[in-house]
Amino acid sequence: MTCDIILCGVGGQGGLSVSVVIARAAMAAGLHVKQSEVHGMSQRGGEVLAHLRISDREIFSPTIPKGMADIIFAFEPLEALRHLSWLSAERGTVVAAMAPILNIPNYPDIDSVLGEIRKIPRARLVDAEALAKQAGNVRSANLVLVGAAADLLPVPPDAIEKEIVAFFSKKGEAVVQANLMAFALGRAIPHA
Amino acid sequence: MTQMVLSGDEAVAQAALDAGVAGAFAYPGTPSTEIMEYLQEHIGKEAGVDAAPGLRDVSTRVAQWCSNEKTAYESALGVSFVGRRAMVSMKHVGLNVAMDPFVNSALVRIHGGLVVVVADDPSMHSSQNEQDSRLLADFARVPCFEPSDQQEAYEMTRSAFDYSEAHEVPVLLRITTRLAHARALVTTAPAGAVRNLGKTDDPYAWILMPAMARKRWAALLAKQATFKADADAASRLELGSKELGVVTCGLGRAYYMENVGDWAQAHGGERPTHLHIGRYPVGVGKIEALVSRVGRILVIEEGYPYVERELRGIFGAPVPIAGKMTGEIPLAGELSADSVRAALGLPPRGGVAAPAIGVPARPPQFCQGCPHADSFTALKKALEGEAEFFSASDIGCYALAAQPPWNAIESCVDMGASVGMARGAASVGQKRAIGVIGDSTFYHSGITNLIDAVKYRTPMTLVILDNGTTAMTGAQPTIGAASTLPALLEGLGVEKEHIRVLEAHRRALDADVAAIREELAYDGVSVIVMVRECIEWLKKVRKS
Repeated sequence: MTCDIILCGVGGQGGLSVSVVIARAAMAAGLHVKQSEVHGMSQRGGEVLAHLRISDREIFSPTIPKGMADIIFAFEPLEALRHLSWLSAERGTVVAAMAPILNIPNYPDIDSVLGEIRKIPRARLVDAEALAKQAGNVRSANLVLVGAAADLLPVPPDAIEKEIVAFFSKKGEAVVQANLMAFALGRAIPHA
Repeated sequence: MTQMVLSGDEAVAQAALDAGVAGAFAYPGTPSTEIMEYLQEHIGKEAGVDAAPGLRDVSTRVAQWCSNEKTAYESALGVSFVGRRAMVSMKHVGLNVAMDPFVNSALVRIHGGLVVVVADDPSMHSSQNEQDSRLLADFARVPCFEPSDQQEAYEMTRSAFDYSEAHEVPVLLRITTRLAHARALVTTAPAGAVRNLGKTDDPYAWILMPAMARKRWAALLAKQATFKADADAASRLELGSKELGVVTCGLGRAYYMENVGDWAQAHGGERPTHLHIGRYPVGVGKIEALVSRVGRILVIEEGYPYVERELRGIFGAPVPIAGKMTGEIPLAGELSADSVRAALGLPPRGGVAAPAIGVPARPPQFCQGCPHADSFTALKKALEGEAEFFSASDIGCYALAAQPPWNAIESCVDMGASVGMARGAASVGQKRAIGVIGDSTFYHSGITNLIDAVKYRTPMTLVILDNGTTAMTGAQPTIGAASTLPALLEGLGVEKEHIRVLEAHRRALDADVAAIREELAYDGVSVIVMVRECIEWLKKVRKS
């Protein structure tokens, strides 16, 4: 069993916390994990890309080979399109948020961006921002996406919930509850 | 034995703690920054003592940010001299700044173990070049260790301290971005004893005056054979196919291992003969065994084709060698599982087809509310209508002003260069020569250039963007307190009336523009300090 996950978005979206939550749940289940992050200049509002590899065997490369990702979590829709070459054509699933971050002058028409994502087999477009608001914290949108792909992860949902509690506990009970709710709302989305 | 999830940087730092490091020093630089951040978070706490400066017993252990890599290195040398273990960490270009103490420290009799951690950044994720520190270790004639994963980063750091003491030489530990910033499970070993203060008994061991330096140089040269033999013993040869021999170094091993199963499947189940090299200068024994066994060789290494060049020599190797010099692996940029796969002759894995619409790049940019943005607005407005100017800049977030819509700077070369370049240009007639530099970069290596400008009364304007932090690397403290800048500038000889402290905020735009114009018109050295805290730093402070 191997689960290779690409996490992408725009610097400042906080995708790293999601990677940590999933990674800790996998490690608690006794699986091998490697995480590769981006630091420095590219964090400033630019495109960011992180790799998370989970396996029951030893993992070698810290980054995922092209065409091998099982899941792409895109916290911003244009970023999903940027990293498609990583997605496995046979089994890969794109899970993308719908709200664009319009911080570049030549951002393409958002409908054509979403249209391109819909063309990808098994793609899951999620209105993560609306569900995050419903959960009580707009910053929980990333966990809506994780919930929307909970069935594809190599660890059960309660293991993820346990790590959400552990990770966000120092930020207070309200933040923990909002993130748990965001994860639950994501899980409740029916898949085609 | 404990298991921890650590990045490569953190594994190095944890190993230094367990090895009993007494003094650790650094200047922030991606991808090395987290080594010092981890050390500062943990040092002294394991023993339940505070690492208070000035404490003179064995519990004194410090981890400090310094003005620059050279000062950091020299502090580490002092720690070694008094017999305690020292570490200095930096990014690859930081070693250029520390080159003087680095190369010379190879000649002294290192006493307390000295480990020099250098994090290279192939692909230039956050750097201006992709120089390979293994060649600088070679240049200084010091041993270089290169881990291939986080576990080895831990183990090699531990053994580097021992090796440094055993051979009385600094050891350079070379890591690269993908090792530094990737996390994996690391098994740690019990902590060793912390060394006491105590000088060496040789009074000339650290005096590099010519007569003594010649002896020390001869001693260093005499150690080279041992370094090579030890590197050979530490390298790992796994016999396999006689058709192909693969040499890996550092992370090259991980990318090779990622693909070797597929290669074996395509070659009757047999793997290539594999030599992994983790230490330099390279030894010859196992390389000879490899060359005599296989029909051809592929070299997979991160950075320059260093081992590849050694293998080829001038007259060529007895078997064909493929690698970066022959193009099987790209000469520029970092390795990947994909580029190594292609070099092994394996077909690419199919990905999803590219989207039908173009995906525009999303370059990094100023944060919302960044004070630099307001400073550049003022600077651009002050230069409006001026045909003649030169706006030199420097290393830091403010280099983002090179991009549209700003296009406000014309150079970004190395730490401190903005001041010297503006001065040089002004001294040969360039009007309105401006250096734009951050406060941390100014303390790092801008000050000495300003002293030159004051000496020659060069007509230039220095703009110091004082946001109180080293922002680009994640908001580490600047070495000098913000309030001390005007007094420092005055002390350097800048005329008091031409030191202008301005608020870097849009509400002060008109006043800022007027002040900048006045100073651009002044026929001498003027310094404008644009003050406002970094947004990221404020966030960090509020969190803690």
